[in-house]
Amino acid sequence: MIAKLIAKRLSISLLILLAISLIVFFATLLLPGDPARAILGQQATPERIAAINAQMRLDDPAWQRYLAWLGGLFTGDLGTSVASGQPVSEVVGDRLSASVFLMIAAAVISVPAGILLGIWSALRRGRAVDSAITGIALVLAALPEFVIGIALVALFATTVFRLLPAVTMAPPGTDVWDFPSQLILPTAVLVLVVTPYIARMMRATMLEVLDSGYVEMARLKGVPERRVILRHALPHAIGPVAQVAAIQLAWMAGGVVVVEFLFRFPGLGQALIDAVNYRDVQVVQAITMLVAVIYVIVNLLADIVGILANPKLRTGGEK
Amino acid sequence: MAHPHADTTVMSATGAPMVAGSIWHARRESGGNILEIEDLRIGSTAGREIIKGVSLSLRPAEILALVGESGSGKTTVGLTALGHLRRGLALTGGTVTLCPSNSTEPAEMTSLDDASLRRLRGARVSYIPQDPALSLNPSMRVGEQIREVLDIHRFGTSAEERAERVRSVLREVGLPDDDAYQSRWPHQLSGGQQQRIGIAMAFAMYPDVLVLDEPTTGLDVSTQALVLETIREMTVKNNAAGLYITHDLAVVAEIADRVAVMLSGELVEEGAAEEVLRAPRHTYTKTLIAAVPDLAGRNRISEFEARRRAAAGEEELSTGGFGIVEEGAEAETETGAEAGSAVAGTDSAGSVAAGPAAGASGTGSDSGGATTAAAGASATAEAATGAAEGDAPAEPVVQVRGLTLAYGRKTVLDGIDLDLRAGECTMLLGESGSGKTTLSRSLAGILDTWTGSVAYRGEELAPSTRRRTVDQRREIQYIFQSPFSSLNPRRTLGESISVPLEMSSGLSAAERRERVDTALDAVRLGRAFRDRRPGDLSGGERQRAAIARALVNMPTVLICDEITSALDVSVQASIIDLLSRLREERGLTMLFVTHNIALARHVSARVAVLNQGRIVDEGPTDAVLTSPTHAYTKELLANVPTL
Amino acid sequence: MSTNADSTRTDPVVEPAVAQAADPERAAGTGRRNTVVTRFWAQRQSRLGVALTALVVLVAFLGPLLLPWATGYTQTEFADRPFQGSGVFGTDDLGRDVLSRFLAGGVSLLLYSVLATALGMFLGLLFGMVSAYVGGALDSVIMRANDVLLAIPQLVFALLAITVLGPQPWVLVTVIAITHAPRIARVARSAALGVINEDYIRAAEMYAMPRARILFREILPNITGPLAVEAGLRLTYSIGSIASLSFLGLGMQPPAADWGLMINENRIALAVQPWGVMLPVLAIAILTIGTNLIADAIARASATANIGDA
Repeated sequence: MIAKLIAKRLSISLLILLAISLIVFFATLLLPGDPARAILGQQATPERIAAINAQMRLDDPAWQRYLAWLGGLFTGDLGTSVASGQPVSEVVGDRLSASVFLMIAAAVISVPAGILLGIWSALRRGRAVDSAITGIALVLAALPEFVIGIALVALFATTVFRLLPAVTMAPPGTDVWDFPSQLILPTAVLVLVVTPYIARMMRATMLEVLDSGYVEMARLKGVPERRVILRHALPHAIGPVAQVAAIQLAWMAGGVVVVEFLFRFPGLGQALIDAVNYRDVQVVQAITMLVAVIYVIVNLLADIVGILANPKLRTGGEK
Repeated sequence: MAHPHADTTVMSATGAPMVAGSIWHARRESGGNILEIEDLRIGSTAGREIIKGVSLSLRPAEILALVGESGSGKTTVGLTALGHLRRGLALTGGTVTLCPSNSTEPAEMTSLDDASLRRLRGARVSYIPQDPALSLNPSMRVGEQIREVLDIHRFGTSAEERAERVRSVLREVGLPDDDAYQSRWPHQLSGGQQQRIGIAMAFAMYPDVLVLDEPTTGLDVSTQALVLETIREMTVKNNAAGLYITHDLAVVAEIADRVAVMLSGELVEEGAAEEVLRAPRHTYTKTLIAAVPDLAGRNRISEFEARRRAAAGEEELSTGGFGIVEEGAEAETETGAEAGSAVAGTDSAGSVAAGPAAGASGTGSDSGGATTAAAGASATAEAATGAAEGDAPAEPVVQVRGLTLAYGRKTVLDGIDLDLRAGECTMLLGESGSGKTTLSRSLAGILDTWTGSVAYRGEELAPSTRRRTVDQRREIQYIFQSPFSSLNPRRTLGESISVPLEMSSGLSAAERRERVDTALDAVRLGRAFRDRRPGDLSGGERQRAAIARALVNMPTVLICDEITSALDVSVQASIIDLLSRLREERGLTMLFVTHNIALARHVSARVAVLNQGRIVDEGPTDAVLTSPTHAYTKELLANVPTL
Repeated sequence: MSTNADSTRTDPVVEPAVAQAADPERAAGTGRRNTVVTRFWAQRQSRLGVALTALVVLVAFLGPLLLPWATGYTQTEFADRPFQGSGVFGTDDLGRDVLSRFLAGGVSLLLYSVLATALGMFLGLLFGMVSAYVGGALDSVIMRANDVLLAIPQLVFALLAITVLGPQPWVLVTVIAITHAPRIARVARSAALGVINEDYIRAAEMYAMPRARILFREILPNITGPLAVEAGLRLTYSIGSIASLSFLGLGMQPPAADWGLMINENRIALAVQPWGVMLPVLAIAILTIGTNLIADAIARASATANIGDA
């Protein structure tokens, strides 16, 4: 039963990725006029235009190019960067690991923090702690990541204190995690942006569960409060919170672009901004696909957690 | 009491922790009370008084029914026996004293610390909730949920003993005790089974006091009979006292030794069940009892309004007036918990009195007591159903032939044949899942996936109202079960009621307004309600508005789909009273859909019994009720609780 | 909403009972009628939210009329001299007056955010409600398409569009609207589904009410609560996204005066000339906090859980 459900979710995920690949590829057909000229802009010379036409096989019909591109995605051939002339996989390679490292660091902090804050807030409903957590979460959730980032930079790196580096500098051949102090601010921004959502969702879910008939019944059975929360309330919050955590983590894949730009962090986001500026279509396509893959995987995991946490789904709901 | 597990604790024969010579034993010997609620006062945290000085007592092995309509505060009182107040409520005075069998001291439930309270809850005093589907933890296996109670309260001496107790209590409530059953999830059980798991959980520790919060609401009558029997049996066998919270007086007659009646947070009457039900003293109790439909049809609820007024008038003479509760009482049920007190004043009594109350005058001399109602059941049936006059059966207005409806492979309706005769009310009787709502919605054209034929005066009707003619749409009207859902909350009653007119006739706005006003008068709401919205109204008032919407187009056929099942019993009575008069005044042909067989003699000339998508019994009401042909009808009749 | 019911309540018998029935906890003593609007205004947070939002909106719209100096780098006596202390907040790296550029730089952000939100609401509402009401295969198709669009983060989607079509205002507005639409559609759909299962919709069907009228006059008025919350949230995110794109240098283009762009241009000089960054950052922060407070207050007032969704 579980295997069947998970297989179904998996196939849906694959279909979604396929649909995204269609969008990502055919979006480039919207390039106005001659794509090669549009890409090259000022630097368009007949030779370079011809080179790009050959490179991107612009003379082939669109669907052939799509199939070739899709095949390339599976074999790891992501095309060639127009700006640098390097294979896209090389441009993207190291940067992917740097970005993923940053996101995992943020996730490892923000998911438990959000869940704990949410539970704490729910258990102290209406008291000062609850109001404080709710209020701060509301304010943080409103702020765009660059606002939080600049505030942190001003506070800890430039204007007020000069404790931490404001930008990342990783000389070639080194990895971002070789310089932990450079990672603090970027991670902190992501954590501050993501945690409030998880905390708010956890609080809302817990409040709903704590008001439920079965929690009241557990209390009326004489179940100790600790057990009421751990055994009767918490299991019901797992599914919804996994969903939100997944949405947030996937969202980080977008937010990380701004953070990397702000801190000059050598990750995917930075590469994406550069590529957009150079109209380096192949790179933008590749990175968009990568981000979508990350999103789909994280969501799939959340779905599986949700299925496992819910006996009704687990057993198929039949009488 | 602070240390129930002190040295004196001994295990009783059953394994429950008991203290020899406990306060419970002492009270039992002396015939004293084991639960005493004294002058209980509870307010909302916002300062409104919810419970206004209620005093109750309970002796061992006795069942006290706490009766009241929604919003009377009965659940709030019941939960204080477990020392529990719902969110938003605060104790403002009074005491709740429990004499548990595991202590030599009585326990004061309102001031006990949490740990001591927990040791009593679920063990010495337990709770059976109204809705088992919401109260069982969906992510715990049912056996484990029973087992949890035993573990927490350290039942017996070993794990095996506890496992054996889980099995024995499951057997006691009539469920399988094997491991496979115990490892089921709540969602894999039927409603009746879920409720019996709840009962098993409550009885597992052999409690001294049980609080039962409408445990049979939402169950079919046969399941209800079974559950009531289980409860009765187990309270007797285990010497447990029960506080049975209910709104259903018929259930009270079945199960209770004594009755306490609550109204707006106050106790208005208390006494032996027999006494209160036979000779009620308080006006409110009289009204309630006058509203209970009985199978024999003696308690003429189709004349409820007249009798209520008679009862109130009588009271007025003797006591100088007492504001009886009206439909307004249920206006607050939407807030969920029964925390609200009744709000008198939004009722329709004023408009009833002012409205054309002509139909009621015939029995105006009636003194209102249930005793005088015996003035002839057959006459009542005749008056109520209006069809017995003619010798030959009246012309069928609606003819249903071979109506079948299936969802996928599941057949919901299987070849239904049914006639609705002119000016006659037919009752469609069925339990939940029988397909009665599906059938009535198919006739009304809300569902359109059925096959077979439905003819109106010989003309075939299209399945969907959208493809029926304007006239056909006008002639057949349908009233929904829940008045809380059938009126758009953003529209005024006037706007909602004029929709059928806008959709089917070329009337001008002024004409429509006139028709709406007439309809509002006809349902005894009065035209002042035209600009009000459903949110301001009680359930009874909303249902009257829904009836007005059905009447505004002057239909000939009215399909009433369980239209009283969401309402309190006194509101049900006044709605049925209204329908009976409307049917007489307008010669309406009616299909009255219900699960309550006791209503049969009060509303209908004919009865059709629907079971699992088939009509198993059909005929004149008296014939079906006195000599049912089908086993299912017989079972229904055997299980119906009566006053 | 249903405020005009006040005037029609004339029955003197009813009056005191209703006043009593209204829960004083929620009515907060401001009036006898307890509607979404009164509950909204009864909250301190909503008044704060409205005040903060109004402050920034006023600055943004009145600012361009009150420029002390030019926004460009001509016509000022301290033109072409970077990082001067002249004026109120000094000059930026190109010697342009910071205050003037700040006052002039809010309109574009506000305007495009509101446009993107409105377009997104329209699209989302249309697809969401139709999806819920029609159901069946169309519902599946719309919701699957939603899932696909949701799988690309908003910002990444915007960057893809900008790569192809260039950083023009209409591209920003359209792409932000398109990325909002599936999220709004989901909210509208689930709210509408809750209403569609109500009997009053069945009743409307039974009376053969035209379907468009059911959609817009029976369903829509009953889902305004969650939609208002959603509009507030989406406005907050639109502001964030458009400002972010400008901050990345891919939104408004130089030499325009725009808050997001100002931050981009001045952030290198954060230590030397903090005002060039801080003024727009503060304005954006106050604005988004204000709109988010309003959205949350509407959610509380209409008692609709709507948090946690990005």
